Amino acid sequence: MGIGSIIFIVLVAAASWLFARNIMRVRRNILLGKDEVINDRQPERWAVMTRVALGQSKMVVRPIAGFLHIIVYAGFVIINIEVLEIIIDGIFGTHRVLSFMGGFYDFLIGSFEWLALGVWVACVIFLVRRNIIKLKRFVQKELDGWPKSDANLILFTEIALMSAFLLMNAADWSLQQQGAEHYVKAGAFPVSSALAGLFNLSTAAPSTLILIERICWWFHIIGILAFLNYLPYSKHLHILLAFPNVWYSKLKPKTEIANMERVTGEVKSMLDPSIPPPAPAPTHTVAGHEVADRFGAKDVFDLSWKSLMDAYSCTECGRCTSECPANITGKLLSPRKIMMDTRDRMEEVGKVIDAKGKWEDDGKSLHTRITDEELWACTTCNACTQACPVNIDPVNIIMEMRRYLVMEESKTRPALTGMFNNVENNGAPWAFGPDRRLEWTQE
Amino acid sequence: MSQSLSIRTMAEFAAAGEVPEVLFWVGCAGSFDDRAKKITKAFVRILNAAKVKFAILGQEETCTGDPARRAGNEFLFQMQALQNVTVLNGYGVKRIVTACPHCFNTLKNEYPALGGTYEVLHHTQFINALMKEGRIKVEGGSFKGKRITFHDPCYLGRGNNEYEAPREVLLKLDAALVELKRSKQNGLCCGAGGAQMFKEAEPGTREVNIERSEEALAAEPQVIAAGCPFCNTMLTDGVKHFNKEGEVKVMDIAELIAAANDL
Repeated sequence: MGIGSIIFIVLVAAASWLFARNIMRVRRNILLGKDEVINDRQPERWAVMTRVALGQSKMVVRPIAGFLHIIVYAGFVIINIEVLEIIIDGIFGTHRVLSFMGGFYDFLIGSFEWLALGVWVACVIFLVRRNIIKLKRFVQKELDGWPKSDANLILFTEIALMSAFLLMNAADWSLQQQGAEHYVKAGAFPVSSALAGLFNLSTAAPSTLILIERICWWFHIIGILAFLNYLPYSKHLHILLAFPNVWYSKLKPKTEIANMERVTGEVKSMLDPSIPPPAPAPTHTVAGHEVADRFGAKDVFDLSWKSLMDAYSCTECGRCTSECPANITGKLLSPRKIMMDTRDRMEEVGKVIDAKGKWEDDGKSLHTRITDEELWACTTCNACTQACPVNIDPVNIIMEMRRYLVMEESKTRPALTGMFNNVENNGAPWAFGPDRRLEWTQE
Repeated sequence: MSQSLSIRTMAEFAAAGEVPEVLFWVGCAGSFDDRAKKITKAFVRILNAAKVKFAILGQEETCTGDPARRAGNEFLFQMQALQNVTVLNGYGVKRIVTACPHCFNTLKNEYPALGGTYEVLHHTQFINALMKEGRIKVEGGSFKGKRITFHDPCYLGRGNNEYEAPREVLLKLDAALVELKRSKQNGLCCGAGGAQMFKEAEPGTREVNIERSEEALAAEPQVIAAGCPFCNTMLTDGVKHFNKEGEVKVMDIAELIAAANDL
């Protein structure tokens, strides 16, 4: 076994180990949330996942971005079949080990090339949309700083990976044409052969070509391994989480708000004294820390794990925010920011746990990042949940946080206090008593 | 508009040992808001004309709790809901119709978890069914050829996936139905949902209802059709903001059908 193979094996093993560790960290952070059993209506869940995640049905609502995204997505899924071959070649020092498939292999390599070109072009267009055309949803203020760099870094990396892939094939094709040893004639190279022509590679010295081919081969595979480990620190994690996130998505009517069982117990006991009040609030232990079961959400511990998975699945595309009536009319609320804040808070909590071995209150909460003004701007219209290509539900987080404000902190908007009093005293949100409920029949 | 309304309460039905075909859940807006009361009466005229044996709860009806829940007050919501469920179950109610998408959503989706399971219909679904059964027809053509646009209420459309019933009813008017730029799944909120109706809007550059009314007016309709008392208020205010109340009317679908039939 050559030194190259050993280096390769060590690299793949290290990258896989690191990736597994990172994924366990993400999993642990998601499980900071409350338990919620979601395993009903399974056939429907598989169907929704197939349609929405695999089939990208909500992406194409916006045809330009949707079409380009499908190219990149298909490129990601299909070109990674090539990685299988790269790994076998890397371990055994072989070259194009799958070429025994003959015509089918030619077809595969040819399709990869067209897809790679497609991905390259799509990513350039995405960069233009973000940085030159500056579409509104890509320049809103919650993206200032790291989120913007993250987005550009992802696009540059994909362009670099595709460039390396095509250049590698161009050198390989040239070597094949020259009948170089080791470089068996295999594959079809519709794009890279043109690229070779462009750079005059077919007449280059075999040693130069081998150098280019090897550099690109290593760059491509190291790039993929590095990118894999970048995912858990990036919005790009959506490429993995989109699938489970859609599987677990809310199937109930969008405007249905889930019942709080604990409140039901207390209210029943209030209405009927013969019913005993429910047991005191249970606590659950998160990372060695007792968390009381609060009314609503103060922090990430009080949200369902599904809301936390939502936050990690968000790729900050901003379709939610661009459809949000509050945001459109200049209010502070941006559903995308709600998701980003939830994720950032989860990461912050995770870092404390990493550093101290357990959770210790840092005096902050979700409310440190998300202001009351944002929460009270929501009309619960669900334009955001409709717009989200991976069925993220920002309204659920907003509702849980409102519940905390009202039921734990007695913080609300003055007019809403009036509405509460009216409902309580008159059975209507206005100051009209039940005795006036039939007046309309007489008018 | 001359006939007096025939309305009986659930208590009256029970006392007479009768069972109504459906319970009409009037809702707080429908009972107390001057504009929404007109919608209530228009719907009752349709029910009367179709000879639907319906009941209302009258003084026994109270707020479903929708605004309380959406404003974060789960206790108050459940107090309301459990009281209402007790009353509804006490009368053995099976079927409810309401002209308010918020009541509709709460009764249909949120009461089952508290022991109240009913077949709940929005009044546009109910009117549509009456038309299909031939119990009511659209007579005359007072809206023939008029440009009508429909504003999807979030709690009926996106919330509960009902986009067709209101449109099918409107098509019976022989009017020219023009769709708004943002409609159906992509419909823009009127600004009232999530308890916003009962508070000042948070600071921003403009009001949501102005944004929506501007879009509706751009379709140059003679009538903006609504299916929700809160949307109705928001859009009426928006049309006034643009000084268009002389040319463009905001009307509930029930009012359109009642007017077309001269009820």
